[in-house]
Amino acid sequence: MTQQANYQNFMYRTKVVFLAITLAILTSFSAAASGGHDENGKAEEFIPGDVIIHHVLDNHEIHIGNFHIPLPIILWDNGVIVGPFSSSNLAHGANYNGYVMHHEKIYKVGMGNEITFDAEGHIEAPKPLDFSITKAVVGVFITSVLLVLIFGAVARGYKKREGQSPKGIQSALEPLIVFVRDEIAKPSIGKKYEKFLPFLLTVFFFIWIANLLGLIPFIGGFNVTGNIAVALVLALLTFIVTAANGNKDYWMHILWTPGVPWWLKVPIPLMFIIEFIGFLSKPIVLMLRLFANITAGHIIILAFVSLIFIFDNLYGAAGGFGVSVVSVIFSIFMFCIELLVAFLQAYVFTLLSALYFGSAVEEHAHEH
Amino acid sequence: MELLTPNIGLVFWMSLAFLIVLFVLRKFAWSGILKALKDREDFIDRSLKSAEEAKTQLSTLKAENENLLVEARAERESILKEAKEMKDTILAEAKLTASEEGNRLIAAARGEIEKEKNQALSDIKKQVGEISLEIAERVIRKELSDKGAQEALVAEHLSKAQSN
Repeated sequence: MTQQANYQNFMYRTKVVFLAITLAILTSFSAAASGGHDENGKAEEFIPGDVIIHHVLDNHEIHIGNFHIPLPIILWDNGVIVGPFSSSNLAHGANYNGYVMHHEKIYKVGMGNEITFDAEGHIEAPKPLDFSITKAVVGVFITSVLLVLIFGAVARGYKKREGQSPKGIQSALEPLIVFVRDEIAKPSIGKKYEKFLPFLLTVFFFIWIANLLGLIPFIGGFNVTGNIAVALVLALLTFIVTAANGNKDYWMHILWTPGVPWWLKVPIPLMFIIEFIGFLSKPIVLMLRLFANITAGHIIILAFVSLIFIFDNLYGAAGGFGVSVVSVIFSIFMFCIELLVAFLQAYVFTLLSALYFGSAVEEHAHEH
Repeated sequence: MELLTPNIGLVFWMSLAFLIVLFVLRKFAWSGILKALKDREDFIDRSLKSAEEAKTQLSTLKAENENLLVEARAERESILKEAKEMKDTILAEAKLTASEEGNRLIAAARGEIEKEKNQALSDIKKQVGEISLEIAERVIRKELSDKGAQEALVAEHLSKAQSN
């Protein structure tokens, strides 16, 4: 009886969530439609490229519809920590204690001064290092908190129902945990896989949840994994773990590749150069793949939405409405693809990391 | 180009957050989850294995039971046979002893009868003798009551004796 009631409750909640998502998609379209406003609140001309890049890039505030949530700004100005202070202080190019923000970049112009441009249009003022809690940082924090909450609950489930079949969130995520262990870690790394499992699992779920977070409309359009800094950190960690665990065979393979003719190694260390480039390019490729895939997905969806406003500008409201039918269908299609990509990129990143770890700890049979 | 320039602040916060999450999950989630998963898998493997063992054990037990049954049947058969044989021998022996006893009894009875008969015969003989003597006495007494008869008798006897 209660099981059925639970099921009905679940179905009801699912329906509500679906409705909310649909509404949110529509609302975010209208949010995108509002585009940018200049200081006087006058509507700017709709330039899709700028709007899209603005949405993909990091931001010092979160837009939810027409609401702007200011985020804390923290600066590192030649060894002095400035802030945190609210980004609303810098809104619309205002000068706050000598700092001015222009296109999400903060410059030190001095008290009361305005931004000045040189002849080529570059800003002359120095740029303090920006350690602000930006939208992407908030995204990282949300993902982190979600990860800890979700897997804390999963771990509690295992403790509470020891030796029993999994239930709830535990049974929802167990297949993925087992998938990472049995399909990614075990075949790629070999028998030393257990050492790398915590890192691989964390990376997998971090990327996946961050990707999904970026796909939820209406909450400000987070682009966490599509930000190159996030991808860089993840790829760098993979690189460090690989290098830290590299055994003698691994380093020998790079320094003195076995099984190739000596003349490729002796006068000019050709093999070493090639191997070393490969060694360095692995994390770069890892970073670019994740960043580019997620950013591209965001850009495509935004481009489809922008089509409506381009046609609206060109042919008036009727044109916009006409194209909107096609645009919405394509956007929904892209959303579905992006849901897949969100998982796929998490999988690919984890798999490649596992392969790199595998090559680092592999015991060679000493002949190639 | 701005898209490809990592922001130092985000790199810092991301590293910090990710490393904390990694540390926390490694300590409080992954170790427990992975251990529980492994334990459960081991348990399932062990259960399957023991079930398989139980199955083979059961089949050997079944075979053993079958053997036991066959053996028991054979034993029953042999016991029955033995019992029958025993019965037969006992019966035969009983018959033999019974007939022997019978014969012996008959023989004994016969002996007794012979003895009794002989006794009776000798008794009869004795009685007949006695009776004959009495009769003879009486006859003689009667006959010899007159003188003539006595003399005749003596004469007769004498003649007989002389002729002998």
